[in-house]
Amino acid sequence: MNKDQSYYNPSDLKKFSQISEFEPKLAEKFFDWYGDVFKAGALSEREKSLIALGVAHAVQCPYCIDAYTEESMKKGASEAMMMEAVHVSAAIRGGASMVHGVQMMNKAKKLSM
Amino acid sequence: MKSLKARSNILSKTQKQLEILNGELFQGELTPFKDNISKAGQATLKPSTIEILQINLGYMCNQVCKHCHVDAGPDRKEIMSKEYLEKCLEILQENNIPTIDLTGGAPEMNPHFRWFVEEASKIGVKEIIVRSNLTIILANKKFKDLPEFFKKHNVHLISSLPFYEKKRTDAQRGEGVFDKSIQALIMLNEVGYAQEGTNLQLDLVYNPVGAFLPGNQLELEAEYKRKLKTDFNIDFNSLYTITNLPISRFLDYLLASDNYDEYMEKLVESFNPSTLDGLMCRNTISVDWDGYLYDCDFNQMLALRVDAPKSQHINDFDSKELSNREIIVNQHCYGCTAGTGSSCQGSLI
Repeated sequence: MNKDQSYYNPSDLKKFSQISEFEPKLAEKFFDWYGDVFKAGALSEREKSLIALGVAHAVQCPYCIDAYTEESMKKGASEAMMMEAVHVSAAIRGGASMVHGVQMMNKAKKLSM
Repeated sequence: MKSLKARSNILSKTQKQLEILNGELFQGELTPFKDNISKAGQATLKPSTIEILQINLGYMCNQVCKHCHVDAGPDRKEIMSKEYLEKCLEILQENNIPTIDLTGGAPEMNPHFRWFVEEASKIGVKEIIVRSNLTIILANKKFKDLPEFFKKHNVHLISSLPFYEKKRTDAQRGEGVFDKSIQALIMLNEVGYAQEGTNLQLDLVYNPVGAFLPGNQLELEAEYKRKLKTDFNIDFNSLYTITNLPISRFLDYLLASDNYDEYMEKLVESFNPSTLDGLMCRNTISVDWDGYLYDCDFNQMLALRVDAPKSQHINDFDSKELSNREIIVNQHCYGCTAGTGSSCQGSLI
């Protein structure tokens, strides 16, 4: 890989639909389902975009972060709303580590006199 | 901040804007607008009956918004004369055009503004729309009674409020604009605008504060209503989402922020042929401060006059020739056909 290359290329986001090239039937099902997921239902389109933005940070997907920052802005989310979504994501990630501290304590206590 | 014209910015030349819009990007990578509408079965766009005469009363404005497609501001001195306003009244009567849409700049800054609204009211124009920037009401003592004036003539107000929070609104429209807009909206509610039992229509305009497209109009309207009611006890009727077109100061912003290519790609990717029949250029004629005629306000700002050789000016308005014209299109038209479409009355579908 030369110095101008990267594992992540921003222009690849636009090629997302091209995953159908190797397996069209499953891709079609995926994209139909994906489209339906983000339609307004019990949750608004904006709430869904903010959840997606939070998840994008948790799974650390740069394509998804770009896509759902823009989607959230399009749907009227403020900067504060977007940053709170990131904090929720970070809190769950951090909390998931911390709650395992109980397991560590259980083990440590069992091994201790 | 000064206008592009006052700064002698190269983009104050419409020819330069058109050169950029027809540059490299549309010579290979992206499909030109004309080709895309041809593919959609509309090789030319033809007008329907003229229902709206949109009159630009001048480019002078008390604000200098970063995205302004008019390049308006306090330093712009172009103002429509009373002579041309009188001619507009004649045209309205002769052609039974039901709606006038007064825009600017700040149309209220034209010294003949009130006289013109009174005369239009007298001759029975069915709907008088004024595109008010709201802050004009607080800009000077002489404008403070505008809410009462608007009410007296049953003016339909359409006003920009690009976001329901201060930070983003001020980023686009200037420091302090949000607070003043809120004060003005309260004054308008107090005289009866958007209140039950009155027919006083107050609509707001959302346009994205940046290089992205507007979202769903109904969802945004619901959020605006909730936020403005909760935070300020403000009511309004409808929210119109309007896409920023890549011309004038918004084009300047796109280029300076390195967003131009991506924004144009978004507009082209979002081209929706089902918006074509409802485009505002079908039923509107736009008149500039100097009396020249255009298919829309955006074509006016690009100096693309109507394709009707004998009806270039309000003094030579020939509705028959105008109804047979071909609407002038260019790459900026993608702004009106993206997604659910965009017009001065918001989303199209």
